[in-house]
Parts: sequence; structure tokens; C-alpha cells
Amino acid sequence: MSKEKGFVWRRRHLLGLEDLSREELEHILDTAAGFKEVSTRSIKKVPALRGKVVVNLFFEDSTRTRTSFALAASRLSADVLEFSAKTSSVSKGETLRDTARNIEAMGVDLVVVRHPAAGAPLYLTRCIEPSVVNAGDGQHEHPTQGLLDLFTIREMKGRIEGLKVAIVGDIAHSRVARSDLFGLRKLGAEVTLIGPATLLPKSFEDMGASLSYDLDEVIGRVDVVNMLRVQNERITSSVFPSVQEYSRLFGLTRERLARAKPGLLVMHPGPINRGVEIASDVADGAQSAILRQVSNGLAVRMAVLFLLNQAGTKAA
Amino acid sequence: MSIPSIKITNGRIVDPSQNLDTQADLLLAEGKVEKIGRVGQAEETIDAKGLIVCPGLIDMHVHFREPGGEEAETIASGSAAAVAGGFTSVACMPNTSPPLDTEADIEFVYRQALRADQCNVYPIGAATKGRAGAELAEMGQMVRAGAVAFSDDGASIAKSGVMLKAMQYVTMFDRCIIQHCEDPDLAGEGVMNGGATAVRLGLPGISSIGEELIVQRDIVLARTAGCRYHVAHVSTARAVALLRQAKAGALAVTSEVCPHHLLLTEEACVGYDANFKVNPPLRTKADVEACLQGVVDGTIDCLVSDHAPHGAEAKELEFLASPFGMIGLETSLALFARALIEPGLIGWPELVSAMTIKPAQILKLEKGSLRPGSDADVTLIDPNRSWRIDATRFASKSRNCPFNGTEVPAKAVMTIVGGRIKYRDVDSVRR
Repeated sequence: MSKEKGFVWRRRHLLGLEDLSREELEHILDTAAGFKEVSTRSIKKVPALRGKVVVNLFFEDSTRTRTSFALAASRLSADVLEFSAKTSSVSKGETLRDTARNIEAMGVDLVVVRHPAAGAPLYLTRCIEPSVVNAGDGQHEHPTQGLLDLFTIREMKGRIEGLKVAIVGDIAHSRVARSDLFGLRKLGAEVTLIGPATLLPKSFEDMGASLSYDLDEVIGRVDVVNMLRVQNERITSSVFPSVQEYSRLFGLTRERLARAKPGLLVMHPGPINRGVEIASDVADGAQSAILRQVSNGLAVRMAVLFLLNQAGTKAA
Repeated sequence: MSIPSIKITNGRIVDPSQNLDTQADLLLAEGKVEKIGRVGQAEETIDAKGLIVCPGLIDMHVHFREPGGEEAETIASGSAAAVAGGFTSVACMPNTSPPLDTEADIEFVYRQALRADQCNVYPIGAATKGRAGAELAEMGQMVRAGAVAFSDDGASIAKSGVMLKAMQYVTMFDRCIIQHCEDPDLAGEGVMNGGATAVRLGLPGISSIGEELIVQRDIVLARTAGCRYHVAHVSTARAVALLRQAKAGALAVTSEVCPHHLLLTEEACVGYDANFKVNPPLRTKADVEACLQGVVDGTIDCLVSDHAPHGAEAKELEFLASPFGMIGLETSLALFARALIEPGLIGWPELVSAMTIKPAQILKLEKGSLRPGSDADVTLIDPNRSWRIDATRFASKSRNCPFNGTEVPAKAVMTIVGGRIKYRDVDSVRR
């Protein structure tokens, strides 16, 4: 639809959804829809990035995001370079800048970066020439996860505008919550963030969300619920008392699901903690879009790599 | 070696220690102030037409990284930066590596400053051994060696019992305790102001209540101990309000503020540029306004730079990993002029007071005055000299200046220490 308005994609980097306009978001989703069709063909490869090199530069452990990007790049016929690095938070020794410039010197075109420090992808755009894709930066953003969530909601619900979406969990530390929130708000959804008070900063209201501590109160009136993964290490920092209490208050159980709107879409960015934030039967149930999210992630990442490469090639 | 006499003519003499703001000549001889008024001939004459002639500026809060961090700054390079910024005296914080927590460490600073032969450098001793916040450092012996105050700056003295004992102990020597007010448990791993911007950026925050809590607690402790207490780098509106209240109660509480807390807000961190990472962090607009008001009504006594040099490789790290701090000795006067003089909040006499006699009184220095017989420490300021900050031209070894490229309205153009010209801006001062 955005194409009809004569829209031209110009960005060379994807750092977060906060910066993107509604038009840009829709253009990525439309492009991803085209690539999703490619996955249904017997030959699942297109030559869009032939001769290009995509590097997966990961400073944090990741399985699904990393494989998803690798597969997306190879379906676009790019060469994929895998690079794992340990982050050193000291000035003595190889810095992020050094690592990135070394990889740049190998002649790569796109850098997919995951890093524990918020802002690291933006920082990279200042040090190196290739396009940078943020694959998760600390607690800041995870834009491709946000995009695949948007894509899945649009696909399953037919629209995003006017939908009511709940995001449940450790909002304070979640890059997924931020990217989802920015994207959903821009496309006209209402967002309620739910979690323990210690993990739900009030200032999320300034970003356009409603806040709640009561999943039971919210579950009956939302169209989509996105259950975030609980990190066990948060308990030691006294943000909630026990996994059991968390699960009782904020877990998505069969009983809670029964009180939801019919057709509630259940999402989770993975990997799931069965029996903690989401009950097994709910995760595997008919309303769960968890595996569909994974498939859509591939299409969305193909779209992102494709568009950034196109903009980079035009600029050159 | 005798010191040539200097006559400074046609200047506007601003000396708040004598309540003086007048057009007059100043004669310096034998390293002392000889006379203000109509003076005779001297070996060198300086035409200070259009310039402010004031007591040498004092910055009571700087970090020279020697010993331990000489790649970022030495006492020599830091002193060179000081005179280039118009300062004739600085007090350096003890958070070196190892920290300045013994008599020998204090003597070392004086020795290095003497070798550098730029400005006066007064060491502040650590209040606790190793700045660990547990056992009192040998403050008595450090006072004998010349420590002018005590502080664990860089960190708060967090334990109430330790802080009270330090405050009681220091009363024996009539020195003050300077506190970096930050509750470490609340600050946690924070890297910028706790609040909406940090949440949006996904960066852990340092809540402003951490400063408020320590200021409040310390005021209670200082009242009990009866010591002089000085709050370093005030950054929050609530701390300013507490200090105002404490001063109204006639408590011996003083404080200082930095230029960046008068000019920048947390929004400056949006680009994740580590040059804006500083502790206390850049706060909100309301905090900035409260700090400005604190200077205007005298709640905040002194203007300091908190000059905190870091090598380029440290500041080129990610925002999360980069160290706190920004340099300021060569820019603070101009930035204070921008923040306070330009909008008409205070005049030059008030600004000069907060950078001369006020810090001298807090540190018990025989400085900050042009009374005849005083040390001939003099700064010449061009109040109408617009210039662009260029970090590449700094005398400091470091370049971590968030104001690089900024246009500022005033400049120190000559710095005289003990009767000797240590800095001269070639474009401004005619012989």
C-alpha cells in the first residue's frame, strides 16, 4: 500500500522502531509479506543480495535471532559470516570499535549486531561504513523482533489500528517491550504494559502506554497478549520475591485464558519458560502464535536486509 | 631570582573580598599585590582596557590523574590546563590510583605541582583509607602535610557511622568534609539520570533521590558533629532545597555546582555519546533551573569544573562501559558566563566571588583577594570575547569535552600566579 504513494525507502541502518515513521513500518511489513511467499516455493532462494556479505556480529548468546538472520541472508543469496565475540568493558584490549573495523576491513556490506550495551549499534554507525542492523542492544530495542510481532498481529488479525495489546513481564529490562510499544503505537494500537511494580517504570506512560499490575483485570479486554520471558537472575536483585509468586500473579494459565476474549492471540518472543510466564498447554494451544512468530521472523529479516542493502547501493 | 613588577592599567578591578568593583590600576611586585589605584612605573605594563582584573580564579574540584592515570592527565598537564582556563589555584581530589590517603601522598602532589610550576595545586585527602568508606584515613598527618579538605569523591561515604566519625574527627583540624552525595545502593549500576529518558534509552538510571537522601542524612550528621560540611557538584532541585533550608538554620554547610549541571539536561544522552556521561548525571530541566536559582540566591557557594579527564580510548567505549566524567578547566569560566551572566542571573562580581574568595574561605586558603600584601595571583577576563571551544587546542591531555564546538561569550586572557605570567592569550592582551 505504501508503494502506491510513491514511497522510497532511504534508510541504511535499522537501529530501532522509535525512529521509524508509520509509512516506513508499513513498507517493511509489505515487503516482508512478499518474502514470506518465497518461503512457500520449492526453491526458497532469491538473488537479491548475491555477492554481498552479511556478518552476524554477536556479543551476546543467541540462537534463534542469529539463525534467523543467517537463514534470511542466505535466502537472499548473500554470504554469511558468523562472528561471536566477548565484550570487554575495559579500554585496554580490543574494543567494539576495533572489532567492528576489523570486520569491516574484510569487506562486509551489512552488519547485524547484538550487544549488551544499549546504543552500541548507533555507535557502530559512527565507526564503520556498512549498514548496521540492531539485533538487540541491551535493554534498548530489538527492532526485528518488534517487526515480526507487528507482522504476526497484522497477519492474524488483519489489522493493527485500533487493536488492544497487552505486554506482560519484565518491562523495565525488555528491549522487546520497547520495540513493540514504539511500533504498535505508531500503527495505532492501544498498548497496556503489565508487570510487577518493580519492573514497570511509570515513565512508560510518557511513551504512550497504559500500565497495570493486574493481568486478570486486563485479560478480558485485549485482542493480543505478548508474554515476555522472565529472567531468573532478576530475583537476586529483589525485583520480585520468587518465580512461583511471579507465575501466580503474571503467568498465562489455561484458567486466565478462559476469561479472555475469544480469539485472543497469544505471543511470546521465546525462548519460553514453560510453567513460569506461560503454561505449557497455552504455549502449545490453538491460540498460540509462537511458532508462527519464528517463521515470520525470517520474512521480516529478509525484508530488512533487502531494504537496507538497496538503500546502501543507491547511496553508493 | 627576583620577580619583575607588573602594572595592569585601565582594567575593571573586581575583587569581592574587598567589595571592590572599580576602574583602577593594579601593581604587582615581588610576587605580592603592591597597590590598587594610581600606581607608578613597573618593569612590565599590561593594558587591560575592556578587561576584568580579578583575584586569581580557584577551582576547588578537579581530578588530576597522577598517580596512576598519567595517560589521561598529570599534575603538570592539569596545571597547564588550569592556567589556560584562568585558574591560579586548584584543589585536586584524592581518587587517584593509589588514592591520596597518606601524608606522603599529599607531599607528592605538592612536589609535582612545584616541578610543574604552573599554578597552586592543593591536595584534598581521602577521608577513609583507600577511599573504601570503612576506616578513617590519617587525616591529622595529612593536614600537617597540607591537605586542604577531605573527601572520598567519586564515591559517597555511605555508612552513616563512618561519616559521623569522619565529621567529628575533622573538627580537630578545622577542615571540611566534601561529600559526593550518592546513595550507592540506589545508584546501583546506573549510568545516567534515572527517569523517563533512561527508560526510553534502555539505560540503567541513577535516581536523583540518591543525592537528596545523602544530603539530608549528612545535614543531620553535620549538625551533630559540628563540622563544616561541603556538598560536591550539586545536581538536583531537592538537594538545593535541602541546602537552602540548612543554611537558613545557620548550619556550616556549603556547596558547589558544575557548568554542565547548569547548561545540559539528560536529553543530551540520547545519542549515547559517552562524553555526556558524568556523575552526578545530567538531570532534568527543573533540576537545572533549581541549580541556577541556587547560585543566584547564594545557596550554592562555589562554581567548580569537576575536571575529570579520560583518555580517548576510554571515552570511545559504549556509553554503558565508558567511565564517568568530563573535562572543564579550560571551559568552565566561559560556560559559567554563558549560564549565569548572559541571561542576566548574576553579575561579574558574584561570579568572581564564587570562583575566588568563596572557595578560599571553605578551604582556609590565604587566597582569593587582591588586598595589598596578598599573593599576586591575578586573572584577566575578557567579558566580551566570543570564541568557539576547540578541544584539540586544550593544554589538558584529554579531550572528553561535551561542549566542543560550542560558541561561548567570555574568556580568561591572562593568568598570573605569584606575580609571574603563566598564561597569555596572544590575541587579547597587548603589551
